Amino acid sequence: MSTASAPQRAWNHPLARPLGALALLLALAALGVPGFLHLEIKDGHLYGNLVDILHRAAPLMLAALGMTLVIATRGIDVSVGAVVAIAGAVACQLVGTQGLALALSAALGAALLCGLWNGLLVAGLGLQPIIATLILMVAGRGLAQLLTDGQILTVYEPASFFWLGTGHLLGLPVSLFVVAAVAGGTALLMRRTALGLFIQSVGINPVAARLAGVRTAAIVCFVYLYCSLGAGLAGLMIASNIRSADANNAGLLLELDAILAVTLGGGQLSGGRFNLAGSLIGALIIQTLTSAIYALGVPPQVTMVVKALVVFAVCISQSPSWARHARRPA
Amino acid sequence: MKHLMGSSAFTAWVSVALMVLLFAAGAAGYTGFASVQVGLNLLIDNAFLLVIAVGMSFVILCGGIDLSVGSVLALSTLAAAWLLQLAHWPALAVIALVLVGGALFGALQGWLIHAFRLQAFIVTLAGMFLARGLCFLISVDSLTIDAPLFVALSQTQIPVPGGFLSPGALIALAVLAAGLWIAHFTAFGRTVYAIGGSEASAMMMGLAVGRTKVAAYALSGFCAALAGLLFAVYMLSGYGQHGQGVELDAIAAVVIGGTLLTGGQGYVAGALSGVLVLGLIQTLIAFDGTLSSWWGKIVIGGLLLGFCSVQQVVARASKGLASNG
Repeated sequence: MSTASAPQRAWNHPLARPLGALALLLALAALGVPGFLHLEIKDGHLYGNLVDILHRAAPLMLAALGMTLVIATRGIDVSVGAVVAIAGAVACQLVGTQGLALALSAALGAALLCGLWNGLLVAGLGLQPIIATLILMVAGRGLAQLLTDGQILTVYEPASFFWLGTGHLLGLPVSLFVVAAVAGGTALLMRRTALGLFIQSVGINPVAARLAGVRTAAIVCFVYLYCSLGAGLAGLMIASNIRSADANNAGLLLELDAILAVTLGGGQLSGGRFNLAGSLIGALIIQTLTSAIYALGVPPQVTMVVKALVVFAVCISQSPSWARHARRPA
Repeated sequence: MKHLMGSSAFTAWVSVALMVLLFAAGAAGYTGFASVQVGLNLLIDNAFLLVIAVGMSFVILCGGIDLSVGSVLALSTLAAAWLLQLAHWPALAVIALVLVGGALFGALQGWLIHAFRLQAFIVTLAGMFLARGLCFLISVDSLTIDAPLFVALSQTQIPVPGGFLSPGALIALAVLAAGLWIAHFTAFGRTVYAIGGSEASAMMMGLAVGRTKVAAYALSGFCAALAGLLFAVYMLSGYGQHGQGVELDAIAAVVIGGTLLTGGQGYVAGALSGVLVLGLIQTLIAFDGTLSSWWGKIVIGGLLLGFCSVQQVVARASKGLASNG
């Protein structure tokens, strides 16, 4: 490694490939759609496809941050979409009558309860993560429909509720500041405390971590709580953006996109290695792909096929047997 | 004794007991529930799910998972509808092509999983996106099927003592019987159990691990395509939104039927009791009339929790017994 040249070292940086993929996508979009990268200031707000991509990717980025930590402990959380629906339903149910503060805290509280439930099933009962969270994935949407009585709850006031999903701050969408704050907070927590190290050690070898004195159950519980909290925040953002709670469709398949974002960002599904910045870039790649396909005028249904092919390509390129093939000629 | 104590045997019997209990509850609570035809309707309405659950059983038994079955079902309905209605292919050729296509789709996923050591979860997830996306490339709208063979199949009622069955239900039962035979009386079936128990051991025993895994996924893809054809006959239409969430129902049915998601332990026959339990819950809600449909999801979630917890507790207890004894 020490003899590698500077460009080679740069290529080996964990963020190089996701960033390269994002840049390539943006370049292709800019070539195909003139003015795709154009930014302008209207009414004191910054407008353009780039801002739009960041804004639309915000819920996915929040979900991807939580999913990163869950996957780092060898887990998976497929209940993210259901938690989005529950948080949105709770907030929209309460915001009209109980005030904004109570509605938001109740929604986040409900999300935390969901996370605690997942954490207890995985860490306490020892269920496989995919099955433990599958239970909430199936039942959660039912609960959200129970809360909204099967209707789409539309919110008319207070207007302050819409600020989170549609407001602007310093010329940029509020959602960007929320994501930046959550990402910054998470990064600090992982870098400045031992938590990141503990999470990684649980992912690499849970038994060894426990024998070394890491409280693995508490760590596992924490990552599911954290993931659900991010999903709850994403749910608030979506509900505030569409001004309603849709128990059936809010956050549908968001968990899959979040897992995809983590994979694209270089996180290993087998746990241990995680990269928060990579996951954020992964989320941006997914949103850029969607936005570019819309802007190019290709039927939006193609997005799913392209996404699938991208996942196959990324997974194969990450796989150990592929790496052996690639290294052999060198 | 040990056989009876096995966690999968225990939950398999619990699911049979639950099935009887649910039916008894329905018979006691609602007039008209206690008829043979209600039971036969369960089979008719859930024939496609039973076929998918049989295929899913093999994948789960060998330690994998197949999330693509719902979209493969949708793709099969739409491909069949398109070939019949717009390309005017003969019905038998369409059926053959769809079945081969489903098996190839599954085999491709299995090959990716085995050859590149990828996680089954992520590969079949991508397969789910791919099949759903291909549906919408064929047609965004629902296509009605009026091919004579499909219409005749959907209208035929086969008399059985106490009522009638549809051809689809009979095909599903035949698939179940074939699945039982494959799982318990062929070398392939035993290899599937061995791989689920420990892939490394199976490899060291010289078993054809790669070929068996690819075949298990191909079987699941084939079953999903067959389920798609049954669904197309049942609905007489092909649509990209068909079969949303069917993969979850199939996994739930397999788990409730007593198969361990970690692989290696369970019964293909459990697919039947699992599917019937899910179907009974839906029938009970329909008979009640005052309960909303979302209670179904909540109850299925609760059942999954119950069955997984019982499996976990029994597995721990029997492990404790084994180490003490």
